[in-house]
Amino acid sequence: MSVDQDPYTPAFLPAPAPSPPSSTETASAGQTRSMTMIEAIRDALAVMMARDERVVSFGEDAGYFGGVFRCTEGLQQEFGEHRSFDTPISESGIVGAAVGMASYGLRPVAEIQFADYVYPGYDQIVSEAARLRSRSAGELTAPLVVRMPVGGGIRGGQTHSQSPEALFTHVAGLKVVLPSNPIDAKGLLIASIEDPDPVIFLEPKRLYNGPFDGHHDRPIQPWSRHELGNVPEGHYTIPLGEATIVRPGSEVTVLAYGTLRFVAEAAAAEAGVDAEIIDLRTLLPLDVDTVAASVAKTGRCVIAHEATRTSGFGAELSAQVQERCFDHLEAPITRVTGYDTPYPVGLEWVYFPGPDRVAEALRQVMAY
Amino acid sequence: MVDAVSSDAAEAANSMDTADGHGPRTELRLHVPAPAARPGEDPDFSFLAVPPVDEAPRPAVDAPATDTYDLATTLIRVLDDDGHAGGAWDPGLDAGTLRAGLEHMLVTRTIEEQFMLLQRQGKAAFAMRSLGEEAVAVSAAMAVGVDSPGYGPGLDMHFPTYRQSGILVANGHSLVEMTCQILSNEGDRLKGAQLPVLHSVPECGYFSISGNLATQLPQAVGWAMAGAIEGNRIVGVGWTGEGATAENDFHSALVFASVYQPPSITCVVNNQWAISSFQGIAGGTNASFAQRGIGYGVATLRVDGNDFLAGWAATRWATARARGGFGPTLIEWVTYRAASHSSSDDPSKYRPVESAKAWPLGDPVDRLTEHLIGLGELTLSDVEAIRSSARDRVLAAVAEAESMGTLNSGTSLSPVDMFRHVYAEMPPHLVEQRQELGY
Repeated sequence: MSVDQDPYTPAFLPAPAPSPPSSTETASAGQTRSMTMIEAIRDALAVMMARDERVVSFGEDAGYFGGVFRCTEGLQQEFGEHRSFDTPISESGIVGAAVGMASYGLRPVAEIQFADYVYPGYDQIVSEAARLRSRSAGELTAPLVVRMPVGGGIRGGQTHSQSPEALFTHVAGLKVVLPSNPIDAKGLLIASIEDPDPVIFLEPKRLYNGPFDGHHDRPIQPWSRHELGNVPEGHYTIPLGEATIVRPGSEVTVLAYGTLRFVAEAAAAEAGVDAEIIDLRTLLPLDVDTVAASVAKTGRCVIAHEATRTSGFGAELSAQVQERCFDHLEAPITRVTGYDTPYPVGLEWVYFPGPDRVAEALRQVMAY
Repeated sequence: MVDAVSSDAAEAANSMDTADGHGPRTELRLHVPAPAARPGEDPDFSFLAVPPVDEAPRPAVDAPATDTYDLATTLIRVLDDDGHAGGAWDPGLDAGTLRAGLEHMLVTRTIEEQFMLLQRQGKAAFAMRSLGEEAVAVSAAMAVGVDSPGYGPGLDMHFPTYRQSGILVANGHSLVEMTCQILSNEGDRLKGAQLPVLHSVPECGYFSISGNLATQLPQAVGWAMAGAIEGNRIVGVGWTGEGATAENDFHSALVFASVYQPPSITCVVNNQWAISSFQGIAGGTNASFAQRGIGYGVATLRVDGNDFLAGWAATRWATARARGGFGPTLIEWVTYRAASHSSSDDPSKYRPVESAKAWPLGDPVDRLTEHLIGLGELTLSDVEAIRSSARDRVLAAVAEAESMGTLNSGTSLSPVDMFRHVYAEMPPHLVEQRQELGY
């Protein structure tokens, strides 16, 4: 991607960022280190702040203290308070200032403490960051990243558990990323920071410290015992807009992202179904080719996400699959989602679309 | 538990001992502020105190913000009622600068009149004017421009509203291109993406106008923060009307300005009207808009917005303070929206028709003209020549712009333009939608 090919870009704009290396190139040739998703996100920020002086990181409690989830820990000590700092409790100010900084020529990475708190800053994302390029004919841009933890499973209740991804995928001009593991989180965050467009980077907080398959009553698994916690050192990217096939299969395609990726794996095993599980990783732009090729092969599709169902991202996925794969479908496209209620504390595991519900959907689709 | 207080004191503390001694009001009702005069009544601006030009002291640009707080309730003025300059804020401008200011104001006034005409002729979707408040944008743009390193990313930037077209004129934007944007024709660099008047001309220090109100204010502060992060002596100037100070973004901007002390200037143009809502609906009857800066510990100035010299001086002060590393300033510009809000508005429905003529601070063009004549720098025939020259320039530009088409005729905007610039590189789903359209 290069903005300097754009005939409308005037000469006074700052030079575009150096082209990102390909996804397989790493600065430290094959060396890896065990990291949690938190550490991988922090490492992505540190790598980019060391590489590019324009990268700055800020948010509520995100400076000196390093963030309530520790994703920015040590950045202020390492890069100085001008590049990693605390902000007032003002999401409109955080995102609004980020828009100003990005259009000035910096590469701000703003942290919203919980996605549930983003709404005061939503106008700055939707009306400002997303449209600045379009409304200035490409002369002004907002290459910023807004990071925020999403999802439940942590006993957070309705104000610490929401999954508002569909509120961002509905907006022209945004890119929306939702990684499910440390390797993806680091590579996707670096790609997001280097991306010339505003990126909403959603971090499933239940996965911060380990993979989670929805069996909340079983012992917690740390990333140190999972291969996806073995993160390459240095700089590497995972391109935005590319899904990954987690598990190849022949009978049914499961479309998932974030926490539901691991839930789907467990559910397929428990249902004894040869499912092809796709982790979308980027929701916008969507890797619809990978999705359509899979459903064309399997003829069945189950969509799983934690967000509420009505007008959720699953509805978009369902429409895309129907438009592209109608002739291949052997069963109705089925969604397994959070219910259209506020996210409860006491009934969290009823609300959460766990492996039992996903497995039941798989059985139904196979029996159709 | 309040058992240690004497019974007399407790009784006094709990009683309704009102100042007038009459106790509580007979009714507790919602207070909805109303302007002093409505249609059919005589204009009444008695609420506006107009102090003499020598009342407002001018603190040093590095003075603590607290030294400016008295300036939030007075009015910084340089031109007196007879057009003579005086007082601590007299910037002592040379005749060339004053004359340039007059020309920019006249061009702004004239071209905006033409834009209204184009709208009425169906050649433009929309138009707005800054009639009566041209000195605000023009004096500010010229004052920032004195020591500006230039405009654009990494440099100075205004984040204007639709009422600051004077910045474009003062900073030398092409009048032809300005008109093309109003006509949404092929000469519009935005290719019809934005409503008329919502220009984007970064090289003239004119940030893309959103159309959502006050969103630009934290962006201007963020711009200034970026300059401070990089150690550059740039300014980010945010603009809003007094009505949109009610938006949360105004307060977010001032909190960030207060906390990080960036080289930012937040300008509140109090032109008394937000469409049909008078400034009291934004809280202006209980405190000045400048006073809101005091709560944030930000330097505050309240300036006669129809006084070109005062506007210039206030902006120079704030700019020097910002570039010097002494922090942000809030400026309230007291002026009057003499025209309708927009081509879609009829102010005779909510205020006396003769309001603008009765405005105590007069007309900015007339006041600067009077000053220049008083100085002996202009004669009446010079003034006529300047007016005529402004008109000729504007009419020539409008004619040239019209030759590139208007909203409803002769433009050759391509549907492809709609899909351009949504992203740096067009993603597959947009390519697909463009192809559905046949392109």
